[in-house]
Amino acid sequence: MTCCSASSVPSSVALKNRLDHERMLAASHTMPDGSLQTDFIVPAMHCIGCIRTIERGLAKLPDVTNARANLSTKRVTVQWQPRADQHMNFLQNLADLGFEASLFDLEDVSNSARQTGRQLLICLAVAGFAAANVMLLSVSIWSGADAETTRLFQLISGLIAVPACLFAGRPFFASALGALRKKRLNMDVPISLAVLMALGMSIHESLVGHHETYFDASVTLLFFLLIGRYLDHMMRERAHSAILQLSRLVPSGAVRLSADGAQSYVSLNDLSVGDEIMVAAGERVPVDASVVDGFSDLDRSLVTGESASVAAAPGLEIEAGVLNLSGPLTLRVTRSADKSFVAEVMSMMEAAEHSKSGYVRIADRAARIYAPVVHILAALSFAGWMIATGGDWHTSIYVSIAVLIITCPCALGLAVPIAQVVAANRLYRSGVMVKDGAALEKLAEVDTAVFDKTGTLTLGTPHISGVEGGGDTDHALASLLAGLSSHPAAKAVAGLHENRSGLLLSDVIEHAGFGLEAVWKAKRIRLGRRDWVAEISASHNPVTDHGSSEVCFAVAGGDLVSFRLSDTMRADAISTVSALRAAGLDLEILSGDADAPVQDVATALGISRARCALKPADKVARIEELQHAGHRVLYAGDGLNDAPALSAAHVSIAPASGSDVGRASSDLVFTGKGLGSIMIALSVARRTGRTVRQNFALAISYNCIAIPFAVLGYVTPLIAAIAMSASSIVVVANSLRLNLVSRNEMLSGPAAMAPAQTSMEPEPQTHTRQEVMK
Amino acid sequence: MNLLMFLIPIALFLGCLGLAAFIWSLRNGQYDDLDGAAERILDDDD
Repeated sequence: MTCCSASSVPSSVALKNRLDHERMLAASHTMPDGSLQTDFIVPAMHCIGCIRTIERGLAKLPDVTNARANLSTKRVTVQWQPRADQHMNFLQNLADLGFEASLFDLEDVSNSARQTGRQLLICLAVAGFAAANVMLLSVSIWSGADAETTRLFQLISGLIAVPACLFAGRPFFASALGALRKKRLNMDVPISLAVLMALGMSIHESLVGHHETYFDASVTLLFFLLIGRYLDHMMRERAHSAILQLSRLVPSGAVRLSADGAQSYVSLNDLSVGDEIMVAAGERVPVDASVVDGFSDLDRSLVTGESASVAAAPGLEIEAGVLNLSGPLTLRVTRSADKSFVAEVMSMMEAAEHSKSGYVRIADRAARIYAPVVHILAALSFAGWMIATGGDWHTSIYVSIAVLIITCPCALGLAVPIAQVVAANRLYRSGVMVKDGAALEKLAEVDTAVFDKTGTLTLGTPHISGVEGGGDTDHALASLLAGLSSHPAAKAVAGLHENRSGLLLSDVIEHAGFGLEAVWKAKRIRLGRRDWVAEISASHNPVTDHGSSEVCFAVAGGDLVSFRLSDTMRADAISTVSALRAAGLDLEILSGDADAPVQDVATALGISRARCALKPADKVARIEELQHAGHRVLYAGDGLNDAPALSAAHVSIAPASGSDVGRASSDLVFTGKGLGSIMIALSVARRTGRTVRQNFALAISYNCIAIPFAVLGYVTPLIAAIAMSASSIVVVANSLRLNLVSRNEMLSGPAAMAPAQTSMEPEPQTHTRQEVMK
Repeated sequence: MNLLMFLIPIALFLGCLGLAAFIWSLRNGQYDDLDGAAERILDDDD
């Protein structure tokens, strides 16, 4: 009886092995000694036991020369000798060891990020070494060394500080040059200028034998700034690798049926329109196709946002990405992979990204005002001293450089990154990953929150919302029968009734696309689609449309029982929505689902503005409409159909359970089942905004005190070093306060807080809240 | 003063040594997997 399946199963395994082997080859890097290096992501790895199992299990395989697991990045690196006659499938090997793995072939991207991180760390080490040594020498100068020793120490300081600054300052110099080339100003321009000026003047001073050198100030300044820069890099790197760990295997091939019925595994690019492909239950449909043969149920929630599963029968058109739930399907390709629904969404995302006006980070906005002011001030004090001293070049230049050094935005340069790094860390611990600091700045500004329904406000899994007809026995039988299937609707029914003692079923059969059938007390019972169940029931109820999906049950000759299904709302959706409203946000739902389920959720949450049956382009259009009206929109969504809207919105957040594309295009990603993360993210973002502004205020007030002294020529290197370090430390300490916020405070906190105001360039229409539509 | 002629080079040399050791360990990949290193020490067979 198994002759057919026995011959087809191993061949498809062999085919899969061959395909995996080829994909692995494509994702591998050739090492100098001719062996290949392949990287895998293994998200489930978490302890020494896992490391040992994986490393030993892989190292035992023939041809594997080295296997090394990295617990921080959850990656496994395998070095192996490829042989033409043998197909290796490490994915299968890892699965056999009990670890689900996926190929990692974005090595180039992460390599360059790692290079930058390393470069920054080396710069930091050099600056730290120089700062410590120069500071020791400076302390002995300040504490009153004699003239000869002072001169020697200055010389040594210079010999350490000049190369160290030129080396460790490169990240700043490069960024400043880049900004200047584009005729812009960023914070790195005054920083680089101050460091280079301080070095230049100090070299001159020590050569002519004066005592006033700024070597210590310039290296400590770079040291502090590099700490901020490195932490900022770490934050983005960690979010990046955490999001990568979530990515799953995307179908990159399909089983093609040739005319004689033979199956072969081909890559998506080799599929052409008209080919017939097989999609097993539990797999995603790889390309746009229409059903040729077979019955099944389809889960389209990630693609269109529809919560109800759709029955698949010959003739139905299916978009790429749809999940096939219950039975195998034979499909005919209607559009090639590069023209499929996914590709369409991608191009829409690019268009949305383009139309979004470039966001200017708060630090750069500050620099635009700060840098000209400082440079004009330095020029004015030069002119003033020239007049006052009757043309004393040396004193005038000395004073104006002192002004530049004392106003070097060391604390300003730290004000933003330190606060954001602390906040991102805080959020990371609460299960929210922040892609970069700009996301926090933008989140603090939002005044409108727009939600997708399926998968975002709801979990995307159905639960029973109502039962019609039937007695206790019927319900118990239905839940017993449902427990035998893995279909999501059946799972919901299975949890309905606990007391099933004394019920015995036999001859259980699952009819793909229809439902489950079994025999109880010599009577047939059915659970599944209404028309199919009605065939055996006594009363053939007229088809009632609830606007939501349902599962029916009947004992042969008995009443028809209808279980109405609706999507499970996320546990804390109601409290989150009311907290968001209390925080001053306008709320709106944009869903691809049908009218009734959308209205149900909107009513339950008390959101008055809800639109349904929207295509991806409609969502983008609505968001752009809102943004043109001056609103800053936060978009929360998970599906493929949300991806363009996620890119178009001012800032976006996606659940980790969503589609890969959705996660990739959003600014924040939250793990966990609750929506509370959105509230936490918003409240931390607003607090961060406040902290950043406090930091600016602290740094600027320091400058206001220091500048008059500098202009009047009273600043000595000792004062400069103390003042600059002190202001940096104050800013860091203020930012660390963000760590003290408790979880409860974050969940309810912003209720008492007004939406963050953008202090640098006030744009009044942003904060006038207009009722755009009802 | 004579003392300083010895002490300062010694101090700088030791500092440079530390810096070089750090850069070596960084290039050598010692900081690539901090979580893994923390767990690996518990493995008796390694």
